[in-house]
Amino acid sequence: MINQIAALGRFGINIVRHYGRAGMMLFQVIYYRPSFRKGFPLLLQQIYAEGVLSLIIIIVSGAFIGMVVALQGYHTLSKFGASQQLGPLVALSVARELGPVVTALLFAGRAGSALAAEIGLMKATDQLSSMEMMAVDPVRRVIAPRFWAGCISMPILTIIFDTVAIYGAFWLGVHWLGMDSGSFWSNMQSAVDFRLDIVNGIIKSMVFGVAITWIALHQGYDAIPTSAGIANATTRTVVYSSLAVLGLDFILTAMMIGAW
Amino acid sequence: MLQTKKTEIGVGLFLLAALAGLIFLSMQVSGLTSIFQRPGYTITADFDDIGQLKIRGSVKIGGVTIGQVSSIAIDPVTYKAVVTLRIDNNVEDIPDDSSASILTAGLLGDNYVAITPLYSKTFFHNGGHIQDTHSAMILEKLIGQFLFSINHGKTDKGNAK
Repeated sequence: MINQIAALGRFGINIVRHYGRAGMMLFQVIYYRPSFRKGFPLLLQQIYAEGVLSLIIIIVSGAFIGMVVALQGYHTLSKFGASQQLGPLVALSVARELGPVVTALLFAGRAGSALAAEIGLMKATDQLSSMEMMAVDPVRRVIAPRFWAGCISMPILTIIFDTVAIYGAFWLGVHWLGMDSGSFWSNMQSAVDFRLDIVNGIIKSMVFGVAITWIALHQGYDAIPTSAGIANATTRTVVYSSLAVLGLDFILTAMMIGAW
Repeated sequence: MLQTKKTEIGVGLFLLAALAGLIFLSMQVSGLTSIFQRPGYTITADFDDIGQLKIRGSVKIGGVTIGQVSSIAIDPVTYKAVVTLRIDNNVEDIPDDSSASILTAGLLGDNYVAITPLYSKTFFHNGGHIQDTHSAMILEKLIGQFLFSINHGKTDKGNAK
């Protein structure tokens, strides 16, 4: 009996410790900013690794999602004789929901897992502790540039995703379904508000960027330094950050929906 | 060194792509004009009922958009809705006895303000006020009136017999 209670207590303490370490890491990353001159090349390298190299998958999936939404939307809207409203349908659903969420899920799979595996392996091969031996703070040298690069890359990838998806829908609607391009754009422009739709979507993506990189970096930094531990950390990164994205999306939408 | 250069070029192009995307989203998708707002002047109109009229709704003369609704407020004394309309500068000769009405685009479309010009030789200026206004048609009210008039007609006939 007493053993079971102790196990429960240990479980609780471990959870609190875990969150505490994650919070401490985030605090260190945000509070001890590396100097701009020294940190900038590292940041650039990480934006390249996390953002530029994710570009292909974002563009391809953006184009196909835009076209699929246009095709499905046209099919349903034409039943009500409202196919002119295809532009607003695509633009609003992409800018408000699909853009930030799909980009975040792809980002978690493409960049988040790589971050966790990279840092986990650095820890397993004692690179992080040898940095500490050389009086180099691994949080500043390794964690911080990756964190900021993720926070910068996510909104940018979302903007590119939105653009490509809307252009894909335009291409499909005008060149395939034979809609009028003027009414496509003008209906879209009268329905979409820059502040409420586009900017809110970008705010969402910033929140997702912080959440994903934080989870990935913490999972990597806290991984058990074995091959199984790294595998676990990578899996958990993708699962946790996908769940976090979907949960946060619900909360953010509920907060933003009042203005729509 | 070559590797760094390649990285920098890649990130630079990445940021440029983002900027281009943002411009596309603001201009082409959301039709953002408030930053580069065309010069215009504002006139106000008091309506009893504005229905579903919203800010950024369009203002039309003869179906041509000539401006947009810039704000909607309530007059605390008369309890009328005060709608401020921003009219483009190139439409400056609106007679000041014109009437404004709130119409619906199609059966289920958005509401907009239609201005019907009349014959006065003096024109609206900035801060002008439209006297003659017609409220939005509310479908429920119309149905209510219709039902009422049917019932009323029946009872009248009954009395006459």
